[in-house]
Amino acid sequence: MSPEFSANAAVPPMVRWWVFVAILTAALFAAPYFMDDAFQLDISIIFVFALLALSMGFLWGYAGILSFGQTIFFGLGGYSYAILALNLGSTNLPFLGALALPAIFAALLGYFMIYGRISDIYLSVITLVVTLIFEKSVRSTSGPEYVIGSVRLNGQNGIPGVPALTLPWLSEPLSISGVYYLAGGAMLFMYVALRMLLTTRLGRVLVGIRENEKRMELLGYDTRLYKLCAFVIAGTVAALSGVLYALWGNFVAPEMFNLNQAAQVVIWVIVGGRSTLIGPMVGAGLVQYLSNWLGTVGVGQVTLVLGLVLMVFVRLFSRGMLPSIGDAIERLRGRHNSNGSPL
Amino acid sequence: MIATAVYLIIYSIALLMMVSLGLAVIFGMMKVINLAHGEFMMLGGYACVFCVRSGVPLWLAYVAAAVAVGVFGVIVERVLIRHLYGRIVDTLLATWGLSLFLVGLVTTLFGPQAWSIPTQFGNVGFGGMNFSSYNFVLMAVSFAMVAITWAIARFTTAGLIVRGTMQDSAIASALGVNRDLIYMATFGYGAALAGLAGAVLVPITGASPSVGLFFVGKAFINVIIGGHLPLLGTVLASSLFGTIDGFVSYVWSSVLGEVCVLIVAVILLRLLPLGITGRFRRGL
Repeated sequence: MSPEFSANAAVPPMVRWWVFVAILTAALFAAPYFMDDAFQLDISIIFVFALLALSMGFLWGYAGILSFGQTIFFGLGGYSYAILALNLGSTNLPFLGALALPAIFAALLGYFMIYGRISDIYLSVITLVVTLIFEKSVRSTSGPEYVIGSVRLNGQNGIPGVPALTLPWLSEPLSISGVYYLAGGAMLFMYVALRMLLTTRLGRVLVGIRENEKRMELLGYDTRLYKLCAFVIAGTVAALSGVLYALWGNFVAPEMFNLNQAAQVVIWVIVGGRSTLIGPMVGAGLVQYLSNWLGTVGVGQVTLVLGLVLMVFVRLFSRGMLPSIGDAIERLRGRHNSNGSPL
Repeated sequence: MIATAVYLIIYSIALLMMVSLGLAVIFGMMKVINLAHGEFMMLGGYACVFCVRSGVPLWLAYVAAAVAVGVFGVIVERVLIRHLYGRIVDTLLATWGLSLFLVGLVTTLFGPQAWSIPTQFGNVGFGGMNFSSYNFVLMAVSFAMVAITWAIARFTTAGLIVRGTMQDSAIASALGVNRDLIYMATFGYGAALAGLAGAVLVPITGASPSVGLFFVGKAFINVIIGGHLPLLGTVLASSLFGTIDGFVSYVWSSVLGEVCVLIVAVILLRLLPLGITGRFRRGL
């Protein structure tokens, strides 16, 4: 793609990055001692969304695949967990199942799209259509005949009473703080894991494919397999985020597949900037904060503002906020080389 | 039974053709999928409702809606799309932003409820079932839209220039064609077709902020599977998916019809990644 993407993540992270991660971890663990439950809930959902943004940032920014449908796997993860957990009674197996099912679906969908070698925008639009149809299908399941096992799908209303997760080494289901630690821990872990993944062979090949797919093919790499891997990984991370969402609110609803939700993910990544992994996560936090704030001041239509934000960012700051700020700092310090190590 | 099924299939082909033609025209020219297509249809619907409520006859309201949305399309092209040529992904994102913006704006202005208009179309008995005779109006408009678009492209000088620009825009501009003007006009024409489709659908669906969402999914699939030739692609893909959709909707449910369309489309993409007309070098 265009050179403005140039995020060279192939280098192992520097010491200062590890310090940064350590500080984040410490802050994450210390924070609940200074917060009440309501605030922890608010922060947890931002962690969940940041994880979803991370999955898309990884797929788009590093593998160069623009999937509009990360919410497919988000919703699928949530629904799988709800249905499995309510049916089986236990929660650990459903947790794993809710990651495996979306991963299988991602592999199937990705196989047809990536092995068909359809062009980038076709892939974007097809994933968008899949999201649309998932939402419509789930919404149409309100009748009593739509039952999986003993769980009614309930169409519009979603499935309430999703059981809280009981970790194998704990005797009680997770509390609000437990969900906070789980969401925050999952987010940090996936961030570090994906960052490390980019330094491996798989990660370097992916960045190479993004830069020039034909060149990588001529060098003998089966680019389709690598892209499919990236698609499945991102889908699984999105599914994890969906499961956490279900755990956070104890319910799942068709809104998880919503087009607005899908658009939000794109906006998080664009606002935060896709040439780093941390950017989309920060973007998720900022945009989520902005929407909440808009809701409280009574602007009414949040989509109106989000649409404007999307148009303005595409038109004026297509690199996103963090990289733009980074550039500005570099310029102030009189450096012209913006190929520094990404966060 | 058979007659009903055939009628339903022809109806869903016509419907599909109508909602995706505007999108296909823009895609064929600029290789850009206009994600705000559904919202263009929605605007056409509202324009039609306002015209009818202020006493304009229905057919004139169609024309007014097409013209209004066409002009809106030209403005969008000048303000937003023009700056993003050559950046296909950005165009996709910008039109998505536009789509959200329009839904938000219309909800703020006119509220989330559906606005409907009274029509005096009765029902006709046909094959043992009753159908609204308006459906025949819809089919007629749909086939007329395709025929007129074909005639313009095939027989007029403007159509010739547009076809030339579509095939090779660099050569066309070397021959003195103002490419920007052609792009703007094509975008406006595609938007006008979307507006007309939205207006024709109003007596059936009413006008509401989310009305565009009912049809865009199928329209996107249709255009992608149709391939790079807007007219032939639309007709062929509509025939295929209209048949599947009509049949499955008749036997089971309309949601299942849409799911089947999607599954067939995804499998087709594995076989024909460039769409049905992908291998055709020339044509419309």
